[in-house]
Amino acid sequence: MHQPTITQAKHQLLEKKYSAVELLDAVYKRIDAVDNQVQAYVHLTRDIARQQAEAADKKLAAGEDAPLLGIPIALKDLICMKDTRTTCASRILENFVSPYDATVVQRLKAAGAVLIGKTNMDEFAMGSSNENSYFKATKNPWDLNRVPGGSSGGSGAAVAANECMGALGSDTGGSIRQPAAFCGITGLKPTYGRVSRFGLVAFASSFDQIGPMTKTAEDAAVLMNVIGGHDPMDSTSANVPLPDFTATLSNDVKGLKIGIPKEYFKKGLDANVEKAVQEGIKTLESMGMQAIEVSLPHTEYAVATYYILACAEASANLSRYDGVKYGYRSEHADNLMDMYTNTREEGFGEEVKRRILLGTFVLSSGYYDAYYLKGQKARTLIKQDFEEAYKKCDVMVSPIAPVPAFKLGEKLDDPLQMYLSDIFTISANLAGIPAMSIPCGLSQENLPIGLQLMGNYFDEATLLNVAHQYQQTTEHHLQHPAL
Amino acid sequence: MKYEVVIGLEVHVQLKTLSKIFCSCSTEFGRPPNANTCPICLGMPGVLPVMNKKVVEYAIKACLATHCEVQTTSRFARKNFFYPDMPKGYQITQFELPIGLNGYINIETDGTPKKIGLTRIHLEEDAGKSIHGENLGRPGRSYVDYNRTGVPLVEIVSEPDLRSPAEAREYLAQLKAILDYAEVSDVNMEEGSLRCDANVSLRPVGQAEFGTRTELKNINSFKFVQKALEYEIERQAKVLNQGDKVVQETRLYDSDKGVTFPMRSKEEAHDYRYFPEPDLVPTVCDAAWIDSIRQSLPEMPEAKRDRFVSAYEIPEYDAGVLITSKALADYFETSVKLLNKPKTVSNWIMGDLLKELKNDDKEIDECPVTPERLTDLLKLIDDGTISGKMAKTVFEDMYQSGKPPAEIVKAKGLTQITDESALAKMVEDVIAANPGQAEDFKNGKDKLMGFFVGQVMQASKGQANPALVNKLIKEKLSS
Repeated sequence: MHQPTITQAKHQLLEKKYSAVELLDAVYKRIDAVDNQVQAYVHLTRDIARQQAEAADKKLAAGEDAPLLGIPIALKDLICMKDTRTTCASRILENFVSPYDATVVQRLKAAGAVLIGKTNMDEFAMGSSNENSYFKATKNPWDLNRVPGGSSGGSGAAVAANECMGALGSDTGGSIRQPAAFCGITGLKPTYGRVSRFGLVAFASSFDQIGPMTKTAEDAAVLMNVIGGHDPMDSTSANVPLPDFTATLSNDVKGLKIGIPKEYFKKGLDANVEKAVQEGIKTLESMGMQAIEVSLPHTEYAVATYYILACAEASANLSRYDGVKYGYRSEHADNLMDMYTNTREEGFGEEVKRRILLGTFVLSSGYYDAYYLKGQKARTLIKQDFEEAYKKCDVMVSPIAPVPAFKLGEKLDDPLQMYLSDIFTISANLAGIPAMSIPCGLSQENLPIGLQLMGNYFDEATLLNVAHQYQQTTEHHLQHPAL
Repeated sequence: MKYEVVIGLEVHVQLKTLSKIFCSCSTEFGRPPNANTCPICLGMPGVLPVMNKKVVEYAIKACLATHCEVQTTSRFARKNFFYPDMPKGYQITQFELPIGLNGYINIETDGTPKKIGLTRIHLEEDAGKSIHGENLGRPGRSYVDYNRTGVPLVEIVSEPDLRSPAEAREYLAQLKAILDYAEVSDVNMEEGSLRCDANVSLRPVGQAEFGTRTELKNINSFKFVQKALEYEIERQAKVLNQGDKVVQETRLYDSDKGVTFPMRSKEEAHDYRYFPEPDLVPTVCDAAWIDSIRQSLPEMPEAKRDRFVSAYEIPEYDAGVLITSKALADYFETSVKLLNKPKTVSNWIMGDLLKELKNDDKEIDECPVTPERLTDLLKLIDDGTISGKMAKTVFEDMYQSGKPPAEIVKAKGLTQITDESALAKMVEDVIAANPGQAEDFKNGKDKLMGFFVGQVMQASKGQANPALVNKLIKEKLSS
């Protein structure tokens, strides 16, 4: 009972095959059975979930409906839910209880969702493997010796291991798409401004987007219908109409032009990944889409630009964790300066400190022009690359990551290698375009490989349409880990 | 060596919007600690600022009232530094693109008018307040009150156009009046809704380039601005005269000792690492909006002063005093509407009324004597019920008790003696008692008039009608 997609479970609930409480119990039973191995969750919200499931059953009995009525959903642990802990997988927020709901949480609640728990992540969303969590490293359900990707690795693993029907992640530089690829699920990073960031603990404000992580593109469309749309509480949320993403899933994709950015198929690509992605492109062509080569000439600057700008924003965003108001405060301090430094020294992990230092450096007097300002200029050029490319094509296709899921510990001591694993996903965040990952095959080692679809601004509908049609044609998304 | 003083002021002004700049919390002053807070102004994880449109409107008003060019697009930045009363670890403020540029205000010292340039006006959020446990009987602990966090501020930066502490004080007075008139701030320095930092340097007379400046902080009254500057100018002159160099630094003013002293260098060694605030979109003020605000701007102090002089025919000096605050000017105009004797009203306001208020350290809007009461009192003089001198006593009573003037006059039995026969008797008695002076007066010593009037007033315990007494003395002594 824990295995259906959101769409299937919705039907089965309406058909009264089982109740919302029974569905919830089945999911918790699954979590209890496998999460000691997978370690996808930081903490579960059993009491709240039960109340929500009971309320859903009452509504179902009364013949009411809502888009996610009775559906168990997990939240990445940097999305605030009232009266529950939001830790960001950091010691500094280990005991922080949010006094308010994020806008997406309000919307999920209003849509009848059952919010079952908070998933593990790299601390403050900084990482690509989930190994930067203060609490524990989540394991990849396909191979427990491997990473689930990051930073939304807990959400990715929870969906892949059937520990929830769907989850929300956040994507600052690939943090939804890369774990979706590593875990063999579907993940969408919406256009910047499509989903409200209010209540999403900020890593890099001009990059962060919340998005769905699901078993199918259809489920992603269902979640996007709920969480998307303008929010007056977020000044950067776009006031553009929110289409019904489920309505266009079945549209014909014939004649759509797929751009293949040549810069994304250079050296360093794993042979398994290359093969699966090329096959994915062939499948799309077989569906009547037309592949053309496009160019994103400033791609080589993406990683550097991203780490300058994202770290600059992070260095300010994380200043509020100072031990004064909430969260961890060092016991070892006799004066204010010591309280600040010891709290942050003890409260933050290595990667977070590395990025705060990097961000502080690039904003410092005398370096601002050379780094931050130049980074902003490079960002504009990268954005223009995409605008040019979309004059020629409707979607772009590329790999998500150069390799499938790597082994735990493999890249932990080499931050640069870790940063480079985001090379194909970062540009979408720099440009602000929507992009998604869908499974496109397994490697020789039986590890999932993700295909990246990148869309034009506010055109998630086309992405979801193409992804759904691809999933109607292929069965990659139906493969499950043996766990 | 003779030096020229160069002063520029940075003035922080709280805007009196009902809610804070980035959230809907109240800005009400004097609430219990942290009563006016929410997750947003407390800088909780995940919150975002949303611009309060009213704040932008008030800032535009402040710009227009000081002849600044309102910028079509302005933008916020983050100013990074750690302080317990600043919950986010950065202050959201305008940096590269402020809302107003290139303004000026007119000042006048010793009758010399002068235009003082304004470099810029920018918007920002206020910080909270740290409270040290020593003041609460909890030594060794510190507390933070975030009620003020997120209260909207404009910072108004002048050009280094001021040449003396007196000019600086006058600039502040004019700026305060303008912002008061524009109804954008309470401009109360004691309550902290107006705060002033001063940059000051000296240069040899005739030298074009500026000397090294110091920045003075912690100045919390108009008087102290002048005193702090006077002290600092003397100090810098001494340093320069000894052949030493002025150190560029921030100095705090100690109003008890009347001195400035350097802030510890550690506290000011800041690299604020400004960068554009990614959580806010640029602030756009289109021409139509600016125009509609311009239309709604009330009359500004200068215009009011000119109108007072021409419409009420009062001296420029009087008009200048009456317009120092909008409330005072309104008090005057309301009074004149009730009694059309502008100069008399002006004299009373500038004299007795302001004196009492000053003694009590009160503002005009706290004055217990309303324009109705004041003009009722003046009418009692007009109709001869009491003398001007009695009126002063009645005014004092009225100020203290808040009672209507007629009631006070009645209770004190202060009614003027206007019975001519009774007064004639008093006059005759006085003349009889002072035959020498009477003779001198008859021989042309007119100055003695005052003496006789005084004697009669004394005899009548101040109740005699002075005009009548005058008339009677003249009659008796010329006959």
